[in-house]
Amino acid sequence: MAKHHIAAVVNGDPVEFLCEPGDTLLDVLRDALGLTGTKEGCSTGDCGACSVTVDGRLVCACLMLGVEAAGTSIGTIEGMANGEELHPLQRKFLEHAALQCGICTPGFLVAAKSLLERSPDPTETEVRYWLAGNLCRCTGYDKIVRAVLDAAAEMRGA
Amino acid sequence: MQEKVKDAPSSQFKWVGTRAVRPDGVDKVTGRARFGADLAMPGQLVGKVLRSPHPHARIRAIDVSAAANLPGVKAVVTRDDFKDQPSEFIPAGEMMINYRDVVRNVMAREKALYEGHPIAAVAATSTSIAKQALKLIKVDYEVLPHVIDVVDAMQPGAPLLHEDMITAGVEPAPKTPSNVAKRVEFGHGDVAAGFAQAEIIVERAFTTKPVHQGYIEPHACVASVSEDGQADVWVTTQGHWIVRAHCARLLGWDVGKVRVTAAEIGGGFGGKTVVYLEPLALALSKKARRPVKMVMTREEVFRASGPTSGAHVHVKIGARKDGRIVAGEAELKYQAGAFAGSPVQPGAMCAFAPYDLENVKVVGYDVVTNRPKVAAYRAPGGPISEFAVESVIDEIARKLGMDPIALRLKNAAKQGTRAAYGPKFGPIGFVETLEAAKAHAHWRTPLQKNQGRGVASGFWFNIGGETSVSLQLNEDGTLSLTAGTPDIGGLRASLCMMAAEELGVDLDRIRVQIGDTGQLGYNFLTGGSRATFSSGMATVEAAREVIKEACKRAAKLWELPEDAVEYMSGGVRPAGANAGKHAPMTLSDIAGIAGKTGGPIAGYARINAHGAAPSFATHIADVEIDPETGKATVVRYTAIQDAGRAIHPSYVEGQYQGGVAQGIGWALNEEYIYGPDGRLQNPGFLDYRVPVASDLPMIDTVIVEVPNPRHPYGVRGVGETPIVPPMAAIANALADATGVRFTDLPMSPPKVLAALDEARAAGTAKM
Ligand code: FES
Ligand code: FES
Repeated sequence: MAKHHIAAVVNGDPVEFLCEPGDTLLDVLRDALGLTGTKEGCSTGDCGACSVTVDGRLVCACLMLGVEAAGTSIGTIEGMANGEELHPLQRKFLEHAALQCGICTPGFLVAAKSLLERSPDPTETEVRYWLAGNLCRCTGYDKIVRAVLDAAAEMRGA
Repeated sequence: MQEKVKDAPSSQFKWVGTRAVRPDGVDKVTGRARFGADLAMPGQLVGKVLRSPHPHARIRAIDVSAAANLPGVKAVVTRDDFKDQPSEFIPAGEMMINYRDVVRNVMAREKALYEGHPIAAVAATSTSIAKQALKLIKVDYEVLPHVIDVVDAMQPGAPLLHEDMITAGVEPAPKTPSNVAKRVEFGHGDVAAGFAQAEIIVERAFTTKPVHQGYIEPHACVASVSEDGQADVWVTTQGHWIVRAHCARLLGWDVGKVRVTAAEIGGGFGGKTVVYLEPLALALSKKARRPVKMVMTREEVFRASGPTSGAHVHVKIGARKDGRIVAGEAELKYQAGAFAGSPVQPGAMCAFAPYDLENVKVVGYDVVTNRPKVAAYRAPGGPISEFAVESVIDEIARKLGMDPIALRLKNAAKQGTRAAYGPKFGPIGFVETLEAAKAHAHWRTPLQKNQGRGVASGFWFNIGGETSVSLQLNEDGTLSLTAGTPDIGGLRASLCMMAAEELGVDLDRIRVQIGDTGQLGYNFLTGGSRATFSSGMATVEAAREVIKEACKRAAKLWELPEDAVEYMSGGVRPAGANAGKHAPMTLSDIAGIAGKTGGPIAGYARINAHGAAPSFATHIADVEIDPETGKATVVRYTAIQDAGRAIHPSYVEGQYQGGVAQGIGWALNEEYIYGPDGRLQNPGFLDYRVPVASDLPMIDTVIVEVPNPRHPYGVRGVGETPIVPPMAAIANALADATGVRFTDLPMSPPKVLAALDEARAAGTAKM
């Protein structure tokens, strides 16, 4: 099958890759670009483990084709920390023990960051509904929700 | 969040009982951590499995020639690539395994026994070629009648899965085969005499559906076999020594030739204690002489990896008017899936375990059906039988007009109680969890309209087992700790904390890893809530060995007898009569003189951890019911459990909260749905809906600490008990709100609405 040549920006860096027409953005990130921080839990858009941003919008990378990424700017978990400095959400997830196995964590962090960009002072209910597309089977969400609320407070300087 | 009830003097410790940041944390929040599907080996092929579309069919012939000839296909394997295995049951933690069945489960032999049963596997240079190759494999099936329901499967004349299955545990042995693999019985006393004294008897039948562990990470592995037969497997598993044992056995290879490395694991809950892909990937790699990577799709996870049993349970309990239970009886029918080995035995042992009963009898049946073979799921067997018993106990309390906590207190097992399954309990914290529930603000807070409150308790055994840990003192005084039980939820943090506590050093002086099977002696898996208990015990032993050796080296340097040196807060100094003779030395100083005083210093503990102690829990649930739709929502939840001692309270709370969330899913939502064709209709997270953040409230926790005297830090093991009480706590809350007793899981909106309508018509509904 002929492969397509695609150019895009990932975490601020220009990238080029070849992909089959049926490859998802998730396949491309993980297999072609070696960015395995974005996880595959279902490949049907039901678990959120593959959450990334495309031109600032939160999407499931498993629901978008690699070829559709041409010319876009993609944000993944690998681009979340600022050099040595963890993003406040990353720090709060650690402090609150908001992860057990950690497979869902990249997806939650990317999704939560996207929430706080839109809504810097969310209620618990807003956090719960925004994150309803991200499954976690380990934590019962309690510590995740607390970590997000705490990070939001810190980022607001509250 | 955390309240401590029976307060252990945790402040005696510097690290134990604190909420330190886990050592593997940064890797997990930055995407650096490598899980099962995250490794790529140079030259690797993609492995895919062809699965049976039929729930029951004889496999007359398999023709792989067209697939094997497809360009890009490097290997194909079928049943012919695996030697048959003799039938014998081998204990594997909380479950038993039989290699005759394991070899048939990884690759169907005579028959396909469930939809999704592997028939063949291919390795190819790309995913698309591998998928194309699967389509070219021709299988000649003789489709047979199938049976999905456990009660149907027990009927005479039901389609037989295994023509030679004679029920074990029945005297005399039946003459004819059936789908009942085994009968078990536990108990003591005389239940008939007990019921004769009863002033109230409640008898109910319950059903539960198979539910999946639902780990977010699908099964995945990469296998590589070299030309000289040295094999490597990288895999997401709860026990890589178990993977090694199973693979070596199924492939007929020496154990020492197989090295297994545990990837970071994205959840297991018991479901990653068995092998599915690993032997196939090894067999393919051996044929192709290239590494083979295999990853299940979510659909494959649902169709072909273990859920836990669905069951029919019958419970009868008799009590006096003062609430004292005089007899308890239960009959459990658990479906095992395609091969024998449901968790009916632990289910039967657990059913009445929280109670001190004079007369108790539980009979269980292990029944095969045309479904995927069940795998362990968190307290395997316990949640099902305890759901039924805790529901009946609640009903007795309601009928007697007694507080359900008071009724439980009146019958609670204590130290010295003879458990319904045989042994006498040591120190246990069941009463403490009930007292904590009674004292909790939640128990006294008034309910709102359409709400009900339920309470339920739960029990799980916990286990120990074979464990190895090494602890090296590095040349600068830092330490490298290697354990062999995969870390699923903060284990490495807890082990470091125990080592730091013993050694009197800072946490960041210790770097911890999970070693591969070539680096340590045997380790049984992470399961049975054993990892913090067993690897913790071994870590403490290894640390004490380092301390002993440090004292010995200093004694040599100072020319003192060994017992004239003592170890205190991270270093050594002369003791007793020699105190002050030499300046104290830190562990780093000792590391510096290791070479000239005898060589490297390390501790290596190889133990069979004994003394695991059960953990009891009591949960309180508030549920609100929408009277129009029947939808039940959990609006408040409190989980109280005896941890023995919480090494890292946050991760203990996390176990409680996670178990509760899974239990809520089991209670309200989750179920395997089969069509009349024997095919699973909901093999995805859209239709098999696990609880999401917007479904749940915050989950309050109370850690009770009644230390386990047989562990150096009092650890009991906490991972499994939390999933036991939720189903009954929620059913009891629904009964409180509606006046209807729900006995069929899940208590999904249509069922609740139908029951409400019926009760409304009969005038018995409370809403
Ligand atoms: S992998 Fe994309 S939503 Fe699950
Ligand atoms: S931490 Fe395991 S799935 Fe969320």
